[in-house]
Amino acid sequence: MAVDNQTVEQIAFLSRLKIDENKLEETKDEFNKILNWVAELQEVNTDNVEQLVSVNEENLFCREDVVKDGNIKNEVLKNVPLSEFGYFAVPKVVE
Amino acid sequence: MTDLTDLTIAQVISGLSKKDFSATELTKAYIKNMQNGRKYNAYVTECVETALKQAKVSDEKYLNNTARQLEGVPLGIKDLFCTKGIKTTACSQILENFVPEYESTVTANLLNAGALFLGKLNMDEFAMGGSNETSFFGPCINPWSKDVDLISGGSSGGSAAAVCAKMCAAATGTDTGGSIRQPAAYCGITGVKPTYGRCSRYGIIAFASSLDQAGPMAKDVTDCAILLKHMAGFDEKDSTSAKIEVPDFVKVLGSDIRGLKVGIPIEYRSDKLNLSIAKAWDLAADMLRKRGAEIVDISLPHTKYALPVYYIIAPAEASSNLARYDGLRYGKRIDGNSLDEMYINSRTAGFGKEVKRRIMVGTYVLSAGYYDAYYVKAQKVRRLIRQDFISAFEKCDIILAPTSPTTAFAIGDKSMQSNPINMYLNDVFTVSVNLAGLPAMSLPTGLCEQGLPIGMQLIGKPFDEETIFKTGLALEQDANFKRK
Repeated sequence: MAVDNQTVEQIAFLSRLKIDENKLEETKDEFNKILNWVAELQEVNTDNVEQLVSVNEENLFCREDVVKDGNIKNEVLKNVPLSEFGYFAVPKVVE
Repeated sequence: MTDLTDLTIAQVISGLSKKDFSATELTKAYIKNMQNGRKYNAYVTECVETALKQAKVSDEKYLNNTARQLEGVPLGIKDLFCTKGIKTTACSQILENFVPEYESTVTANLLNAGALFLGKLNMDEFAMGGSNETSFFGPCINPWSKDVDLISGGSSGGSAAAVCAKMCAAATGTDTGGSIRQPAAYCGITGVKPTYGRCSRYGIIAFASSLDQAGPMAKDVTDCAILLKHMAGFDEKDSTSAKIEVPDFVKVLGSDIRGLKVGIPIEYRSDKLNLSIAKAWDLAADMLRKRGAEIVDISLPHTKYALPVYYIIAPAEASSNLARYDGLRYGKRIDGNSLDEMYINSRTAGFGKEVKRRIMVGTYVLSAGYYDAYYVKAQKVRRLIRQDFISAFEKCDIILAPTSPTTAFAIGDKSMQSNPINMYLNDVFTVSVNLAGLPAMSLPTGLCEQGLPIGMQLIGKPFDEETIFKTGLALEQDANFKRK
């Protein structure tokens, strides 16, 4: 299952990354090397094997859904690159 | 007078309690080493003033007999742990100026026990790497280097180098596929990756959440036992942290290992294994045998699939975890004409090459059409890998294996740079442990022909770090490794 340049660009967009035009070929080659290597898994028989989603399924718990802090707007906004009127500021999205 | 920075944590606590020296003197001695050791590039942020302030508080507590259990012990913290008011970057440009407003649970536990922090330690960007070379702040240099600068290992390379060069009494690390054990091996120190769930992941910048685990990196086995006791514990802020009591690991140290069944996995005997490491492995087995342990051959048949499974699951989880770096709420922002353009500009400028590679691989294996073939398949083989260990532990109590197939290599090594898979292969003996959620320790047992440290790994049953600690101490005493 080799990928082509177009697929690499599509994956980059899904990842919200941009690949330099002149790095595209190199990126594709590395990508295919990794995909070929992990394809080794296809030889393992996994019929009737369940996915392992978590190693500690027995321990998972839910805590009560209650607020224990709050009123920390300033702390939340402390590392914001750009804020306006106490909000996160995004580029204009509506005309 | 002996150099205070030669002392282990156990000796430091005893010396401070008897008032042989003060926490301030001790901290100053470490600060001096930090400043003399800047060439190693182990620290990315130094916290000299706050450390000295904390040391003064500790001295007062010793004077009025209110000292806590780790009072005045100077630690280094991997830059993946959020530390309130102290810059935390994950060694990525995207978090270059990030100052957390909260403290990770593990570091909070250490602070509450009286420890003080000397600074934040270098690592591979977002813990993605095995050589510390992907750090935005440049590679950390292995203090064992002679003519050529060698890698410290990764991702917790700064932690391993700082402990090795006596620039902190001990350090915290995190381990997703070997990131505590492999650098510990390369730098000749001791490191423990606890059972998944033993330490809270709250406030540790996430890489692959089903694999990440924090652990101690220290001068010896006893110090790791002391530290882990304080780092571990249930935390309601991490739903995967285990509601299991944390034993006093120090108590088991020194108990004998007669009758203990030590498993040797036959699949780890590959021809790629460096000869002196194979020899050190046999020697370590012999040492345990002479102590009355029984050595048994075991099989972990799916070993060869562990790396491919890891390099599907870890990038998949990373691509999801790192989606949060959007230039909007924190981290680097580079504007664009639309929201998407801003995301793309910020992330493209902020992430390094290896991180981008893993995000893209992760995105691919999770994308429609490939999800079943890659991701689901990997999750199934992951179960088989864990099953291998469960079956092996019916025949043995603990597993002995090398930590890494080689010793430390040169910074910028050509074969590692030419193909990312070559770098991934260094984790061949460590990743299975993370996939199965098991505890493991790496400790130095000897030197290779080039005079570089060799690490041995002890792998235990889930939540049985105690057997690892008592076996580790026995091995440490018999190997008599000379710390740098």
